[in-house]
Amino acid sequence: MESDPKIETIDLNLYYGSFRALTDVNIRIPGRSVTAIIGPSGCGKSTLLRCFNRMNDLIEHADVRGRIMIEGRNILDRDMDVVALRRKIGMVFQRPNVFSLSIYNNLKFGLRIHRMMAKKADIMSAIQDGLEHVGLWDDLKDRLDANAQSLTLEQQQRLCIARVLILRPDIILLDEPCSALDPVSTLRIEELLRVLCAEYTLVIVTHNMQQAARCSDYTALMYLGQLIEFGQTHQIFMNPKEKLTEDYIRGSFG
Amino acid sequence: MLREGFHNQIKELERDVLHMGQFVIEAVNRSVKALGELDAKQAKRVMDEDAQVNKQRWDLEDKCVDLIARQQPVASDLREIIAMLSIVRDLERIGDYAEGIGKIVLLHGDQPLVRPLIYLPEMTEKALSMLRRSLDAFVNRDAGQAQQICLEDDEVDRLYDQAYHDLLQHMIEDPSLITRATYLIWAAHNIERIADRATNIAESVVYLVTGTPTELNVSRY
Repeated sequence: MESDPKIETIDLNLYYGSFRALTDVNIRIPGRSVTAIIGPSGCGKSTLLRCFNRMNDLIEHADVRGRIMIEGRNILDRDMDVVALRRKIGMVFQRPNVFSLSIYNNLKFGLRIHRMMAKKADIMSAIQDGLEHVGLWDDLKDRLDANAQSLTLEQQQRLCIARVLILRPDIILLDEPCSALDPVSTLRIEELLRVLCAEYTLVIVTHNMQQAARCSDYTALMYLGQLIEFGQTHQIFMNPKEKLTEDYIRGSFG
Repeated sequence: MLREGFHNQIKELERDVLHMGQFVIEAVNRSVKALGELDAKQAKRVMDEDAQVNKQRWDLEDKCVDLIARQQPVASDLREIIAMLSIVRDLERIGDYAEGIGKIVLLHGDQPLVRPLIYLPEMTEKALSMLRRSLDAFVNRDAGQAQQICLEDDEVDRLYDQAYHDLLQHMIEDPSLITRATYLIWAAHNIERIADRATNIAESVVYLVTGTPTELNVSRY
């Protein structure tokens, strides 16, 4: 595995009140690749994902202990600029969460919040670039004024990814990004992830083991808040080291 | 195309299989040339390079199994991967036959051939032609051509028969030649087996195209 990880957690623990949702998680996620986090419902995979951009800060009684190192910095430090962090580490959710605004304004929204660009020409060029990256530009370039909620679910999810991309993030977190999509749209989004990982570090939580097998370079199995095994997807699906991993991916439980 | 990445991986594997095919074809040619000239240096090279053939086999098998485990291939994609798994094993074995002929060169030591090679060059040409065309049939998904190739195995068997009886005659006439004449029978047998492996590859092509596993021609040996 890569010696210099993009994200590294050190003895990461998370409590929701007295419930320990993550137990001593130590994981080193390589850059410019797709890492899938799998495991049965409630195993802590989304909780772990949300640690990476401090989304758990928004949950009352969530207490995060340990360190999460990203580019040499512990992002759990109190003086961390969380808004800037969330620009560098974008997130895509289960259901596409487009705003009831035009396609154009959906994309401009993030740029405005982060005060990234002022000139109209720069904004337009960023929007075009973002839509091209997610394969929507040709379809949507003539109707950027249309309400984003009029798009198909797959297009909406692509738009959400574009909205993350134009903020020039390093890392993109995806929390079951295909669970609202049909199988064909799912495959197309997976293809997109394979293209994006040439430039970005992607971490995807999925309850669909086959999806992890298809589209990730590395796979992590979580169970009861613990990281059971982490390795190259090839190794995990061909010859897992842990019996628990073997049993889970073979469908013996979960 | 939907799942472009997956289909590119299959295409890449297909190119690797053809590359391996080219590699073993050259190995066979060089081994037979080395035998004709009793060139020990060339023979050793063929033997050493067999390790590369073996490595290609394991690498390609691993990639095929990875695609099965991770991409859930179905229909013609699945059949192609299954066909490739079988083809790389046949190619690897053909590499072993070339290595075997290299060993036969070394077994001669300082002694000459019992007679110049008569049947072996023609057998080799025919067997490798079958192999080349079975790989072409694989690329072109041409079940008709594949079936045709299998019929040609009889011709290689016939040449092997002639070589065998010819060498037997030498042994009867001069028993001191028995050991070296036997070497040449082994070499001829190896080439005869290469044609059988080419037939196996043709059968894999028919399976890939039609979906029906078929035994197309049973070798006499």
